[in-house]
Amino acid sequence: MSRTDWEVVIGLEVHAQLNTSSKIFSAASTAFGAAPNAQVAPVDIALPGALPVLNRGAVERAIRFGLAIGAEVAPRSVFARKNYFYPDLPKGYQISQFELPVVQGGEITIRVGEGEGDKAYDKTVRLTRAHLEEDAGKSLHEDFHGMTGIDLNRAGTPLLEIVSEPDMRSSAEAVAYARALHALVRWIDICDGNMQEGSFRCDANVSVRRKGAIELGTRREIKNLNSFRFLQQAIDFEVQWQIDTIEDGGRIQQATVLFDPDTGETRMMRSKEDAHDYRYFPDPDLLPLAIADEWKARVAAAMPELPGAMKARFIDDWGLSAYDATTLTASKEIADFYQATVDAAGGGALATQLPKLCANWVMGELAARLNKAEREIADSPVSPAQLAGLVARIGDNTISNAIGRKVFDALWNGEGASADEIIERDGLKQVTDSGAIDALIDEVLAANQKSVDEFRAGKEKAFNALVGQVMKASRGKANPAQVNELLRAKLGG
Amino acid sequence: MINAPITELRRALDAREVSAVELATLFLHRIESLNPQLNAFITVDREGALTAARTADERIARGEAGPLTGIPIAHKDLFCTEGVLTTCGSKMLSNFVSPYDAHIVERLKAAGAVSLGKTNMDEFAMGSSNESSFYGAVKNPWDMRRVPGGSSGGSAAAVAARMVPLATGSDTGGSVRQPAAFSGITGIKPTYGVCSRYGMIAYASSLDQAGAFGASAADCALLLAAMSGFDERDSTSLERPAQDFTAALAAPASAKPLEGLRIGLPREFFAEGLADDVRGAVEAALAQYRALGATTVEVGLPNLKLAIPAYYVIAPAEASSNLSRFDGVRYGHRAADYADLNDMYCKTRAEGFGDEVKRRILIGTYVLSHGYYDAYYLQAQRLRHLIADDFRAALAQCDLIAGPTTPTTAWALGAMADDPVQMYLSDIYTLAINLAGLPGLSHPCGFGDGGLPVGLQLVGDHFAEGALLDAAHRFQQHTDWHLRRPACAA
Repeated sequence: MSRTDWEVVIGLEVHAQLNTSSKIFSAASTAFGAAPNAQVAPVDIALPGALPVLNRGAVERAIRFGLAIGAEVAPRSVFARKNYFYPDLPKGYQISQFELPVVQGGEITIRVGEGEGDKAYDKTVRLTRAHLEEDAGKSLHEDFHGMTGIDLNRAGTPLLEIVSEPDMRSSAEAVAYARALHALVRWIDICDGNMQEGSFRCDANVSVRRKGAIELGTRREIKNLNSFRFLQQAIDFEVQWQIDTIEDGGRIQQATVLFDPDTGETRMMRSKEDAHDYRYFPDPDLLPLAIADEWKARVAAAMPELPGAMKARFIDDWGLSAYDATTLTASKEIADFYQATVDAAGGGALATQLPKLCANWVMGELAARLNKAEREIADSPVSPAQLAGLVARIGDNTISNAIGRKVFDALWNGEGASADEIIERDGLKQVTDSGAIDALIDEVLAANQKSVDEFRAGKEKAFNALVGQVMKASRGKANPAQVNELLRAKLGG
Repeated sequence: MINAPITELRRALDAREVSAVELATLFLHRIESLNPQLNAFITVDREGALTAARTADERIARGEAGPLTGIPIAHKDLFCTEGVLTTCGSKMLSNFVSPYDAHIVERLKAAGAVSLGKTNMDEFAMGSSNESSFYGAVKNPWDMRRVPGGSSGGSAAAVAARMVPLATGSDTGGSVRQPAAFSGITGIKPTYGVCSRYGMIAYASSLDQAGAFGASAADCALLLAAMSGFDERDSTSLERPAQDFTAALAAPASAKPLEGLRIGLPREFFAEGLADDVRGAVEAALAQYRALGATTVEVGLPNLKLAIPAYYVIAPAEASSNLSRFDGVRYGHRAADYADLNDMYCKTRAEGFGDEVKRRILIGTYVLSHGYYDAYYLQAQRLRHLIADDFRAALAQCDLIAGPTTPTTAWALGAMADDPVQMYLSDIYTLAINLAGLPGLSHPCGFGDGGLPVGLQLVGDHFAEGALLDAAHRFQQHTDWHLRRPACAA
């Protein structure tokens, strides 16, 4: 049997660290990188008698997420204790939510693959739930001469655990979902998305079944994948391993596995038999979390336009392609930059063309330059207003695209405050005066009799060479369309 | 002086008849002479007490004294006290010096009360006799061969023996009221949420509540007023205006001060299992209540018998989780030799906890386990609601509920050592009040066989602690049971 006889089923559990300045149950700071155990309140180190107090900022972020994915934000949810012993879990239990999570249901539409047409498609992934919980500390096994060091700075950091339905059918879909979720939590400003620092971690539940089978296969959970590349590699390895195992007559046992980035393989961490009995029960130190409609309404009123809505608007109102609209809403920073550029470019007679022109520049020249310079769009040297000024001059034929790139270079290098200033200063204004272009054409024809002869003999290439000569003579400033038209008239006439 | 009510000590301090330092020294001296026999204190903080007393004297001199400024108190050793050993009666915390103060400790410090030290208790507040303490049993001042009750046995014995005029306690299933009854003093557990649990080492979080011990209701009212109040660091602390528990007490005495008060007597409190001597003393006290103008009416608490099984599922379940933090990693006892992490956990906890604590951790772990949770924990929560409904129905027919605090008087040391369930059953009248979150008070109401004190329990609706203190105070204005002292305090 081959790979194509199998269907892959994937569900993701993502831990998104919420970007509150203090911890979920204490006033200690959540800032990354402090000296070990410098950021701990009595409750974070589980001193006897210390009690948790819920950070409403963490709840507000959970509400924001629930609203963003069209989920039900539970009017009443319950914090529960998940009991197990580990040195970096100071209380001997983690405060989490179990039976009644704060966010229930919801969905996210993802675009799988790149480009247009058959190469890419949209898919909706359903979410099961999202719940609030606290992070554990860190166990440090190096530098302690065979002993273990415990750093509790991270203990009590707020997390939103986001659980999807097993709706994904390939590693590509899983990665597209993870990316969309990553973009969303940053978009609504609930998580900084820093994967190196562990702010966004994925666990993947993976199983395979024969095509057409109704029952799900037995799943194995791959823990703690902290990059999209590892997510893809781990799933691909795991899928092949499961198929090989079954085809060799084996059976999949439910288990938790770890991915080793060095070998690209997954390996067993614990089997179902070794699984903890977490003895969940409602935490008597915390009241049930009540979220009134007014609170939800206040949060909703402060929500930014969501990527889905923005994307639809770009397609429906501005005529962008699905690909362009997807690319421009890949992150809030890109979308904001693009929106600001279109807004600044203004409208007038050109209103219908500008959004597409702006899109081309943001996705083309700007993206390429940022990429080369390894800069984020948020610190682009060219501002949306500057780019808008440039696009407007191209749109109204003041300059050509080619000259536009020169102006862009000047803006990028800080050699001028605006496109207009640079065009004026460097005399880059496009020549549209027919008389002036006529004169240039005459000069070029007189100096290039050979090309004229070749064209007359039927060589179309020679025409392009002549256009190039005229453009060169104008130092790029002649309107290329006009040059074309006038030259053809002259040669044909 | 040692037997004076707090208001009298206050007057003497304000009149400079005695200084706070002299008062502290007087009671420290009593502790030094009596503690070797009674074992009521785990830690005596002589130096801290004298420093606090000097500060109190300065405050009194400035005319800025509050009701408790300069008054000696003691804290049950489960309240965290900054810079002072806080053991919870356990080997596990025998080396634990708290880096912070519990909310009630903070409040009493701010009030100028002078803490003399930390009192003995059942280990992690688990017990009804104060025999499970790592620091040894506390003796009943009325009869040194008997238990003082528990778990706040040290506080109760200390007040009864006048080693200190006031002491804090905690009550999860009767741990203030039962030792108050056994030791012949007054004790009150307020409504759940009235005192902050912040810094009170947790046994069963949904049942734990701080309480106050004094000779009389009037003394308790002063202490409780200073301890209680909203604390944003405890999510179950109730955000409501502070109550002045002493206001009602000032009203002038009259011949029928309890006219109009309807007292409900649950028939289940007077059923089988109640010792004759306790019944006799309680019924005589109820006659006195009637003589003061109150009427009594029989009420029912049909689900009372379910309180013990419900309590012994819920409390151990919460305890098994609350005590997980005592793992030898960050503070407290850690085994000296171990092979690996798991071995460290096992040895540390095996060595650090006593039998009763282990028993309850095992029960709690069992009832929360996969497959048993619904049958035990959820079922117990349902019973808890039934019991609360019973009290609601009973309190609809009366203003207060009254009955014996305990089925018997104090038993002999070691009498129940081999029968923990028998000891659990002795809390039948007090446990249910914690399950319902209601306030309860026990005051002395006579003596049983062998001259042992008997307590009468009053129970009110939520936030009725003022009414409980008021009723007890009127009773005490016309009786002298609360003025009787054991020989060691005579």
